[in-house]
Amino acid sequence: MRYIPETKREQEQMLQDIGLNSVDELYSMVPKEVLLKELDIPEGKSEMEVLEDLQKIAGKNLVYDQIYRGAGVYKHYIPAIVSYITSKEEFLTAYTPYQAEISQGVLQSIFEYQTQICELTGLDVSNASVYDGAVAAAEALFMTLERNRDEVLVSDTIDPQTLEVMKTYCESRNVKLTLLKGKDHKTDIEEVRAHLNERTAGLYVESPNYYGLIEDVEELTKLVHENKTKMIEGVDPISLAIYKTPGEMDVDIAVGEGQQLGLPMSFGGPYLGFMTCKKELMRKLPGRIVGETTDHEGRRAYVLTLQAREQHIRREKASSNICSNEALCAMTASVYMAAMGPQGMEKLALSCYNNAHYLQTKLNELGFVRKDEGEFFDEFLTSSPIDAEVLEKKLSERKILSGLKVEDQILWCATEVNTKDKIDELCLALKEVLS
Amino acid sequence: MKLLFEESRSGRKMDYLPEVKTGEARPSDKYARKSSLRLPEISEVDLSRHYTKLMKQTHGVNDGFYPLGSCTMKYNPRVDEVTASLKGFTDIHPLQPKDTVQGAMEVLYKAEKLLCRITGMDAMTFEPAAGAHGEYTGLLLIRKYHQDRNDDKRVNIIVPDSAHGTNPASAAMAGFKVVNIPSDEKGGVDLEALRNAVGEDTAGLMLTNPNTLGLFDPNILEITKIVHEAGGLCYYDGANLNAIMGRVRPGDMGFDCVHLNLHKTFATPHGGGGPGSGPVGCKEFLKPFLPRHEVKEENGSYDFYDPQKTMGQVRSFYGNFLVVVKALTYILALGKEGLKEASGKAVLNANYMMNKLKGSYHVAYDQTCMHEFVLSLEDLKKETGVSAMDIAKGSLDYGIHPPTMYFPLIVHEALMFEPTETENKETIDEAVKIYLELYKKAHEDPEYLHGAPHKCAISRPDETKAAREPVLRYRYDD
Repeated sequence: MRYIPETKREQEQMLQDIGLNSVDELYSMVPKEVLLKELDIPEGKSEMEVLEDLQKIAGKNLVYDQIYRGAGVYKHYIPAIVSYITSKEEFLTAYTPYQAEISQGVLQSIFEYQTQICELTGLDVSNASVYDGAVAAAEALFMTLERNRDEVLVSDTIDPQTLEVMKTYCESRNVKLTLLKGKDHKTDIEEVRAHLNERTAGLYVESPNYYGLIEDVEELTKLVHENKTKMIEGVDPISLAIYKTPGEMDVDIAVGEGQQLGLPMSFGGPYLGFMTCKKELMRKLPGRIVGETTDHEGRRAYVLTLQAREQHIRREKASSNICSNEALCAMTASVYMAAMGPQGMEKLALSCYNNAHYLQTKLNELGFVRKDEGEFFDEFLTSSPIDAEVLEKKLSERKILSGLKVEDQILWCATEVNTKDKIDELCLALKEVLS
Repeated sequence: MKLLFEESRSGRKMDYLPEVKTGEARPSDKYARKSSLRLPEISEVDLSRHYTKLMKQTHGVNDGFYPLGSCTMKYNPRVDEVTASLKGFTDIHPLQPKDTVQGAMEVLYKAEKLLCRITGMDAMTFEPAAGAHGEYTGLLLIRKYHQDRNDDKRVNIIVPDSAHGTNPASAAMAGFKVVNIPSDEKGGVDLEALRNAVGEDTAGLMLTNPNTLGLFDPNILEITKIVHEAGGLCYYDGANLNAIMGRVRPGDMGFDCVHLNLHKTFATPHGGGGPGSGPVGCKEFLKPFLPRHEVKEENGSYDFYDPQKTMGQVRSFYGNFLVVVKALTYILALGKEGLKEASGKAVLNANYMMNKLKGSYHVAYDQTCMHEFVLSLEDLKKETGVSAMDIAKGSLDYGIHPPTMYFPLIVHEALMFEPTETENKETIDEAVKIYLELYKKAHEDPEYLHGAPHKCAISRPDETKAAREPVLRYRYDD
């Protein structure tokens, strides 16, 4: 395939115009010894052949009928309207909206996204997204740093992927990260108290945490604030429709993975990380931010703003190096939240909550016992009466993805797509597997 | 245009989900949300129309010419969108058993092999989600390499003054000190300045070649040699790879690692600012330090493994996977000749356009350019008061996305044009005509251009006000 419009004759004409005979002459600056004779990759193909090739590769992946695995990535129903809107070619093919006069559409949509994220979290300011939830959490740690506060505390009940990214980011910036041992799969408030000191800039906790449990964020926030330490909460955006918001608990920064807001699982990406904070931390937020202003005639207009924080102005002194973020994913999240509406989001959250609790009850009857105490939203751990790998394999044969093996237990998840009928089907399958 | 929130009416709703049959329980009061959730309440038809309105006020590549320098706004083939929407790619969980995602791993493996051949590298990671993220990852490779050899003195990254702003920002994030060096009179790296800058403290050099002036540095082999002899490594910023793919490889020019922007060179769409993908390639000796989740193949089956001395992760899972699917589709479709033809045509279009503008506008460095070129409007501004910004804004009225403005920083009143290979001759001729008209207008009626654009949805927005009194979200009336 070629996507080059010129005919050979036109090309010759253009070359003639600039006084050359061949395209190769344009590369006369390249040292001869490194000029490539031939690129060692296959010949091109027609669109029909390439599509067939890719269909064949995609066909090697198993698309499950039912999924009971979350651990950071969740299967949800996405209303049909969402992808119709986000695949509009103008949105798809535009660059970052540097030229506000011809980008009001994209800019307004980011402004709307920022507002929705603020409403969801109860906080004041949101950026236009970062790469994913893990990067959002790592970037949030740096927002808490001050001249004499350069250490951060992180609970070991968080998603291990997020922790991995935080470790990489902190090591390169010479920020000391201390991992706090949890108790019964929850953050241990005494452990936090014991580690707070005058250098502690921030504490990061997730709720629901990796094991599905709701953390006592309010108490933790009070505690760290007494030490002038900032509180960062990693949140599940769906759960916020029914759970206390970071804003209601006086949390300083909230971050999270936005995949659940209308994006398919896609083997890990693209997703988006959302970041929101209290007003006083506004200028420490990394990434793009859209603001409202007026044009010369006084009409309402939107622009990329607070750019004094950014790399193209501050270079090595920038608050972060982010430029391309996940704009189209942010728009997807915005369309999704608008389509669902407040009642839809609440119904969604309650579906996840009740389906997961129903699943837990049913699993318990089959000998998958929950040992953790405390509230959970849509994920929970159980023991397993059979080897977790055997279970995975046997269910996989029935096109059902089991919970994830975590330590010596299984982390189960149910969302709105795991309805009562489906869960009952799962239980029948489990009975077969167990017998 | 109204905001979603202004179109909202209390009680209006859609119902996309079935009734819950598993119970009516709610979280306990201690943990329950107290404030109401104020999201827009809107019908599907109004939602659809809302975004159609926004769409009409968004300029994408398919709306018209988009010569935004350094951003490679080429046409995004639609078959790439089709392959990336296959259920076998979109509906798989990243933590599925490995034998159920062999196709996904094959995508990563194949894309790695092809891109390594295109860049002259030995291994590649797809974890970084964008170009700047790739820079950060590439610099961590360099950092890990020196640390592993206990060479703690190497704390400096050398960056030419023409570099993208992300280069120094990424270097700082990766824990390095930034040493800026000037360009020579031809726009290339000043070899003397480079020789003086390197030493025992040099961790590496970050370079774009062709550079941000659109010029291929003919001293490239000498440059990488100087850095290597001082014990430093050479990092290739792949933002401008579109000029040279299929013709010369960073690996052959002496670079040790490279990041690519799949959303530039390999035609995946920008989405109004992402998702992108910024894979990082490296030579064999840096491979042990790559992020986790490298893909290997044994007897036709694929598996992930963690490189021996891995830096860990810079993002969750395996990066922006679907973007990699799109880029792979593109590479397989174009093939060896197609990629070479694309780069050649990109360079031809740029030279053709530069040549047509040269009679009037001042070309910052008047020599054969690569895929982009830079004009300096300093003289025009002195003569007429019309700035690079004014000309750029003037072009908006003709349906052209302006070139990159005021970059690179070493050229005053800079406008940087990158026409890309997918534009035809008529489009470029038409654009040239428009820019020559604007040049004339600058002399005849500078006031008109100060006030441009005149035909867009808005005139120039007040950016100072936006930054001074930030309004970053819609406020409800309460």
